[in-house]
Amino acid sequence: MRVLPPLLRRKPAVAVLMCVPLFALILGLVAYPFFHALFLATLNKAETAFVGLDNFTFLFGRQTFWMVVRQSLLFALVAVVFKALIGLAAAHAINTIPTKGQRKWRGMMLIPWVIPPALSTLGWWWLFEPTYSAINWGLTKFAMPAVPWLSDTFWARFSIILVNVWVGAPFFLIMYLAALKSIPGELYEAAEMDGAGPWQKFFYITLPMIRNIIAITTLFSIIVTLANFDIVRVLTQGGPLNTTHLFATYAFRVGIESGDIPLGASVSLFMFPMLAILAFIILRNVRRRAASLA
Amino acid sequence: MALTAGRTRRNVLKAIGASAAGALAAPYVKTAGSAGRLRLGVIDHWVPGTNEVLQRILARWGEANNVEVTIDFITTIGNKLLLTAQAESRAGSGHDIYALEFHMVPMFKHRLIAVDDVVEDIVAAHGPIAGLSRQAAFLDGAWRGGPAPAMNASAATVARRDLFLEHAGIDLTELFPASDTRDSAKVDRWDWEAFGNAAVALHAADRPVGAAISPVTDSSAWLAQLFASYGAAMVNEQGEIDADSDAVREALEYLTRLAKVMPDSVYAWDDASNNRWIISGTGSAIFNPPSAWAVAKRDSPDVARHLWHCDVPRGPAGRFRAFNSIFWGIWDFSENQSAARDLLRYVAEPEVVVAMLEASQGYDLPLIASHYDRTTVWAEAGPPAGGLYNYALRGDERTVTDGYPAPPEIAARISMQRIVPNLVARVTQGGETFDDAIGWAENELEGVLRG
Repeated sequence: MRVLPPLLRRKPAVAVLMCVPLFALILGLVAYPFFHALFLATLNKAETAFVGLDNFTFLFGRQTFWMVVRQSLLFALVAVVFKALIGLAAAHAINTIPTKGQRKWRGMMLIPWVIPPALSTLGWWWLFEPTYSAINWGLTKFAMPAVPWLSDTFWARFSIILVNVWVGAPFFLIMYLAALKSIPGELYEAAEMDGAGPWQKFFYITLPMIRNIIAITTLFSIIVTLANFDIVRVLTQGGPLNTTHLFATYAFRVGIESGDIPLGASVSLFMFPMLAILAFIILRNVRRRAASLA
Repeated sequence: MALTAGRTRRNVLKAIGASAAGALAAPYVKTAGSAGRLRLGVIDHWVPGTNEVLQRILARWGEANNVEVTIDFITTIGNKLLLTAQAESRAGSGHDIYALEFHMVPMFKHRLIAVDDVVEDIVAAHGPIAGLSRQAAFLDGAWRGGPAPAMNASAATVARRDLFLEHAGIDLTELFPASDTRDSAKVDRWDWEAFGNAAVALHAADRPVGAAISPVTDSSAWLAQLFASYGAAMVNEQGEIDADSDAVREALEYLTRLAKVMPDSVYAWDDASNNRWIISGTGSAIFNPPSAWAVAKRDSPDVARHLWHCDVPRGPAGRFRAFNSIFWGIWDFSENQSAARDLLRYVAEPEVVVAMLEASQGYDLPLIASHYDRTTVWAEAGPPAGGLYNYALRGDERTVTDGYPAPPEIAARISMQRIVPNLVARVTQGGETFDDAIGWAENELEGVLRG
């Protein structure tokens, strides 16, 4: 039998070695692009001279940029709230089904989340198509007025949020369902013996027990929702009147399509401090709650 | 057709006729080094069947020159052509020859090798490249691409002759006949007001005219020709912001009226929406190359036989047609630049240009004036017979591009940021005052001009 070298016989060394591929991935796909974006954001348009924070100060004077900031926050907040509510309701509904029948429902509910968003959004685009919307075709069959899904500011915003909720709600569902299943049944039995009703059980047992999962899921969802690109890109390209642009699509328009990469990098980095602060607060609270439970 | 403002095709031909005639007979001469492998990224053609013809032409050239030619047809929908170019230029890897739309040449000039020798050979053999196209590709004293054999196109008025006659009382076939017999006095009355009056009548008949006012290329194109015809510009030739002008207000005032009789969906149209719309039979006019007609001929022949291509309406400052010149550039990381240069020379040969013109059913307008007289495709295309005759510029139209008359680099950014469509939509859809909308545009233009 071959004997392992002394270094590999030490558990910490093996652990570090096994983590090397992960570190390499994080370095290559997260750290390097991030620092490169930071570097790009400090260059002039031609990428030939260092300009410090000039790109950021320039952005602060642009009306469209502030509109994008407001829209991104509106989009993320509304979408995450609805995803969380729908996910929670659906998780509860599935959790009440006998275990035997749950699998098919879980599978069906996950479909929107597992389809590549660019493809599923294309399907939505056909439903919302400006002139030949399939939904409008149905509405007019029932003598109802057609809805300008993508050409009116309100409806265009509604449409991109709707699609984002459709894609993202299953993620909340599966996280909440896992959390619900981890709650000991004895807690509910004891509460019932004390005469607690369904709402009391929900507010005094379920919610406290899944609070950490809610916080982490919400944090994760805010990050990916704020960074959303494909839905807006496929459905509206930021229109009408730039009123559906998010950070990512506006950064793309300015950086890639208009050839001002440093300004585009500045737009995309703008959300980093906001998300960092949010992540710090949420994760600190999660850690404190976990510590108090321990 | 890419001609300098103020010069028609006929005038240019007169001027260059003698020199071009001799040069046209010159055979294509292959230079040394045409061997190895060449990868091309070219535009996926809108007209069905055209890609295959280009593929055959290039394959034949490859066989004759011992070059393995591979072609990727890249769609312009969703700006994929631009995105691929950005990726390749930053990575320093990809195709050898890449098709560049008008505004892409200034964007990528730092990564495109100078091809002065190629263009000089082409000009010596076939005559000059027209003014507007030259402006796009002759940058900082060097040519950054050679004329492409495919996808050069203009945004003509594509109208239903039956509906215009029935509901607006305008006989487009009489106004723009399929021969050189047009009555200039009648054509002179074909202005934006006349078009607007027709649009009102057609809207009343539930057959409205339509053109995109959304963040896409089609919007920029037709609004460029309308703005130019009012003398309206975002940035002038000196590179100064010029949006706050009477001309811009006049154009916006007209568009406010016109937009009311167009479908609301134009604010969300993409580059294929106007095609689908006229092919469906719902619409009565769009601004487009003949791709809509070509697809209608295949899918909706009853509509196709009524589609008539004609001049763009005139404005107070003249008559302008948006023209998208396509150039094939060679990346500086290409490993086979010698063969690439040879191929650029070859695709400017008359037989290639004519073959592509016929394959595209007249869609691909040549960038070299002398090539226009080598085909009768526009006269023969149909049905309807003569429907494409006036797609090739025949009258007093001058060519223009979005961002005009700003310098190429600035015009590219004005176009790509869709400033004009957004300005118009702010007024016509958003209900903003002219002052507010122009103020917004000026704020955006400061970003365009920043160093």
